[in-house]
Amino acid sequence: MSATFPVYNGDAVDVCDVPELSVADFRDTVIREVDAGARIAALFGQAANGSAVRLIAVLANGATGTLGVTSTVVSDAYPALTPDCTPAHWFEREIAEQWGVEPKGHPWLKPMRSPNATTFFRVEGAEIHEVAVGPVHAGVIEPGHFRFQCHGEHVFHLEIALGYQHRGVERALVGGPTKRTIHYMETLAGDTSVGHATAYCQAVEALSGDRVTARAEVLRGVALELERLANHTGDLGALAGDVGYLPTAAYCGRLRGDFLNMTALICGNRFSRGLVVPGGVAVDVDAARVHQLLERLERAFRDVTQAVNLLWETPSVQTRFENTGPLSQDLCIALGLVGPVARACGVERDVRHEFPTGIFRFAQIPVSTWHSGDVFARAYVRWLEMQRSVAFIREQLATLPAGPIRVTGRPLAANRLAVSLVEGWRGEICHVARTDGGGRFAHYKVVDPSFHNWFGLAMAVRNQQISDFPLCNKSFNLSYCGHDL
Amino acid sequence: MLKVVLARLQQGHRTVAFPGADPVLPDRFRGLPVLDPSKCATGCQACAEACPTDAITTHQRGLQLDLGRCLFCGECTAVCPEGAVQFTQDYRLATQAREDLVLDGQALRLAQALDRETRRLFGRSLKLRQVSAGGCNACEADVNVLNTVVFDLGRFGIQFVAAPRHADGVLITGPVTENMRLALQKTYDAVPAPKLVIAVGACAISGGPYVDHLEVHNGAASVVPVDLYIPGCPPHPLTILDGLLRLLGRLR
Repeated sequence: MSATFPVYNGDAVDVCDVPELSVADFRDTVIREVDAGARIAALFGQAANGSAVRLIAVLANGATGTLGVTSTVVSDAYPALTPDCTPAHWFEREIAEQWGVEPKGHPWLKPMRSPNATTFFRVEGAEIHEVAVGPVHAGVIEPGHFRFQCHGEHVFHLEIALGYQHRGVERALVGGPTKRTIHYMETLAGDTSVGHATAYCQAVEALSGDRVTARAEVLRGVALELERLANHTGDLGALAGDVGYLPTAAYCGRLRGDFLNMTALICGNRFSRGLVVPGGVAVDVDAARVHQLLERLERAFRDVTQAVNLLWETPSVQTRFENTGPLSQDLCIALGLVGPVARACGVERDVRHEFPTGIFRFAQIPVSTWHSGDVFARAYVRWLEMQRSVAFIREQLATLPAGPIRVTGRPLAANRLAVSLVEGWRGEICHVARTDGGGRFAHYKVVDPSFHNWFGLAMAVRNQQISDFPLCNKSFNLSYCGHDL
Repeated sequence: MLKVVLARLQQGHRTVAFPGADPVLPDRFRGLPVLDPSKCATGCQACAEACPTDAITTHQRGLQLDLGRCLFCGECTAVCPEGAVQFTQDYRLATQAREDLVLDGQALRLAQALDRETRRLFGRSLKLRQVSAGGCNACEADVNVLNTVVFDLGRFGIQFVAAPRHADGVLITGPVTENMRLALQKTYDAVPAPKLVIAVGACAISGGPYVDHLEVHNGAASVVPVDLYIPGCPPHPLTILDGLLRLLGRLR
């Protein structure tokens, strides 16, 4: 039996096909695959017989385009992967918290969703001071706690404590799908409704064997790219605001809404609620609506091009963006970062390109990268991606295939494990659904891109000035609720 | 510099005429639902069974819909062959009392202006601290939008401030997770009295999709007294703005 079992994105395998390795072989397999260029798309526990816990790893190798799944069974403790495989560190903290299994030798094992019961790493020294921020922040943003160890302005270390948004979604998904499931998915991260709902629907369709029509796949793709456009526009505006460049901040604030309103033109809701459903999409667009969408897209793109280009042409903006919060490509790979953050370090990671599903199997979007790994790179990669999203939407809406938009759902197959990846605007979204003997969810795992990237932010502000934290933070713009679940 | 000036000219003036003129909403927008219990077939519970948050009940006093729990998803209208539940384009949804959000075929009792003394204090200058306490960040996003040039919240004298001690009230989103309960309580306590509390979105009113989860407290009112409820999932920015202005007596 090979160490990993191959699975395609948006497909399911029999639970008994997933290899059950010894703990030592499981460790070796994950470490070897990650060394060979794979990333950990998911690593989590599931209940096994008695009090035992089955650890499941989903490994994604973008260079070879292969996804593999493997597992082992542990009881109270096992030798941690993290010392030999850094991208596992966040996952292993979650496993310890959710299952009471101790990854022995984990360098910083502490709860990740119990922020009120946590201690922080401290730097000692007469002139060291500690800055504590949050959970209630100065702006209208989600709660999280940031603990800085500083010497004057200089940041030695930042520790991020999350979990304030923990509302028990994964637990509530067990036994589903129910009438509430799709609403949980749309609100895993409310600014990524299309991304997460698509990941969920792909998983469910893999389990039911339903085949989505070409028209529905195109509409899902268009909605996903509109979501990317809206959020990237908002981020570029917010970055401009954080360096005090108000023209772009003001224009992008309005233009983000224009993209959201295009989504509302399709489905009535600015956050695409109710659009992506198992079996396809819930609403159709006629020729007049397509025409209006394209017209609005051109207007918004013209204005956003002008607004964003002001950033690159303004020296005072560039001075603040360049060399701020840099991450090296090696560190990015070592931490297992994803999305625009990884691509801004020159790492070609993009699910749409590596593991395409739906319309992205036929319409390829080039991967946008930049090499400098700083705030500028994270801003510029967003702009490159926006241009490609606009080109994609233009092309897709002009050649919208005819046909129905939804197929009626069949029941889910029993004892299957489905893996579903989607490139949301923040990066790789991974859902892993496992059904029981009755075709209900025995377990449902959600990995938001923020789960991979929060530690990247902590590393990016190391040896920076604390006053640059808001700018660095905005350049990542990670989700608290998607992380906390 | 010339490009900045040219951009300014091209981008134009974008602030909506609201509240002067009626806003234009997308034709598929789901605003205030209206109920017509006379259309209900005897014993039919299709809408109640389809509702993901059990906002609709049919058994006790006929057809009732709790706007505070409603996600405005439209599942009820999709399953009702008679059209007994229909979503309108009406974005005005805010109320002062929790029970006013329960619809049973009567007109929605929208929020009234605060009393004269409170309006004298806050009517022309209202500073709010926002607390995000669970939820999905969509309500926060559409609260933030009020600060853009499109809605230009500042022209009404309303502003989000960084510290609770500078605030006249708290605007709460999210179902209030157990992990945020203490932070919300402390923030509320830090706001000088008299103070207002505004609950925005289904989560902050009832727990929303997370209602009755062990990890949440089913809304802001479980921790602090609420003065204004703004339903939606998330509420449209205009719904939020309408609620705030109504409370301040700026709308009739």
